[in-house]
Amino acid sequence: MKLVDARGCACPEPVMMTREAMYEDPNHIVVLVDETCAVENVTRFAKNFGFIVTTEQDGDETKLTLTK
Amino acid sequence: MKKHLSVILTGVVIGVIALALVAFGNPANMGICVACFLRDTAGALKLQTAAPVQYVRPEIIGLILGAFLLSLFKKEFKPRGGSSPMTRFVLGMVVVMGALVFLGCPLRMLLRLGGGDLNALVGLVGFAGGVGLGALALKNGFSLKRTYEQSTLEGAVAPSLFAALLMAVLVVPTLFAFSTDGPGAKHAAVWMSLAGGLIIGGMAQRSRFCMAGGIRDGLLFKDFHLAWGSIALFVVVLAGNLILGKFKLGFADQPIAHMDGLWNFFGMALVGWGSVLLGGCPLRQTIMAGEGNTDSAITILGMLIGAAVCHNFGLASSAAGATFGGKIAVGIGALVLLAITLLNLNRKGAKA
Repeated sequence: MKLVDARGCACPEPVMMTREAMYEDPNHIVVLVDETCAVENVTRFAKNFGFIVTTEQDGDETKLTLTK
Repeated sequence: MKKHLSVILTGVVIGVIALALVAFGNPANMGICVACFLRDTAGALKLQTAAPVQYVRPEIIGLILGAFLLSLFKKEFKPRGGSSPMTRFVLGMVVVMGALVFLGCPLRMLLRLGGGDLNALVGLVGFAGGVGLGALALKNGFSLKRTYEQSTLEGAVAPSLFAALLMAVLVVPTLFAFSTDGPGAKHAAVWMSLAGGLIIGGMAQRSRFCMAGGIRDGLLFKDFHLAWGSIALFVVVLAGNLILGKFKLGFADQPIAHMDGLWNFFGMALVGWGSVLLGGCPLRQTIMAGEGNTDSAITILGMLIGAAVCHNFGLASSAAGATFGGKIAVGIGALVLLAITLLNLNRKGAKA
């Protein structure tokens, strides 16, 4: 599992970071974000790459779990 | 297609409102232009003294307040900031300088293109090239660092300032400078401009509409989601101009434009590059300022001051073409962007 902390990162950085994590672990990535825009962008990107995305909301933060 | 609906709808609505605002008095191919309208607003505030371009554009106020109100309503109003604010101020200045050498922000570039102005096509090629440079920077780890949570008041300052500006101009208009001739004297009724801005602001807040983002995501991720919005906008404006008989294909005699191809290209290249470094085009910055992003609010101030500098020091182009000062400014702007790019390759893990 690869953890990506993209909290506070402006788009498209969360997506860039997620992609970089895919090189390290192509099957299981957890992404922490805190903006709706980032949630939408990372989800769209991961789905395009065939990942299943589950989201957990914790206050302002969202934990996205990407699995194949 | 369904997932693109919101951004496509935003493009369509911006197109229709832009056509309507021109029909009701705004300058040709300038239903909405974030750069030009900030420039006019800077003029009205007497930050710059070019008599033909002074008017408090209610569209700009509407954009910010529309995004503010809808983000509040949708619980997406989120005060945040602290991601290299002064760097963003300078980026805002550079972007608006590039835009005023070309004569339009990316939004007006599409409006001009939809009116048949082929100079805007040259601008679009430059814009795409600039976005490409920005995308390359992102790929190599460019980041202006993280934002942090701010107080509600801090996030509400920018929308409040623009609301105050609206009140002031409605109650004591004599405080401001207004053009009696030129583009600044051409405008739709205040309520109409304000309503147009509010609607676009709200819709763009929901859909994250961004012109730089469309090309950027296409280049970086082969994700054309945002690009659909720009395409929809262009198609609607093109169709509207054809129907209204305002479509005129060519380079010569286009409204508020010049034929200096090289500088149309370089001006928009600067806008594209700077916009990607900022994380969005001038319209998107305005929307994010409404959502409580204080970095974007500072970017808007950078654009406001940059626009004033452009007109006070003869850097902005006119129908006659780019000025000598404007060309030098574009050169300096490119060096500034290069320095900001190279000094902010902060993100570890990026493949250099």
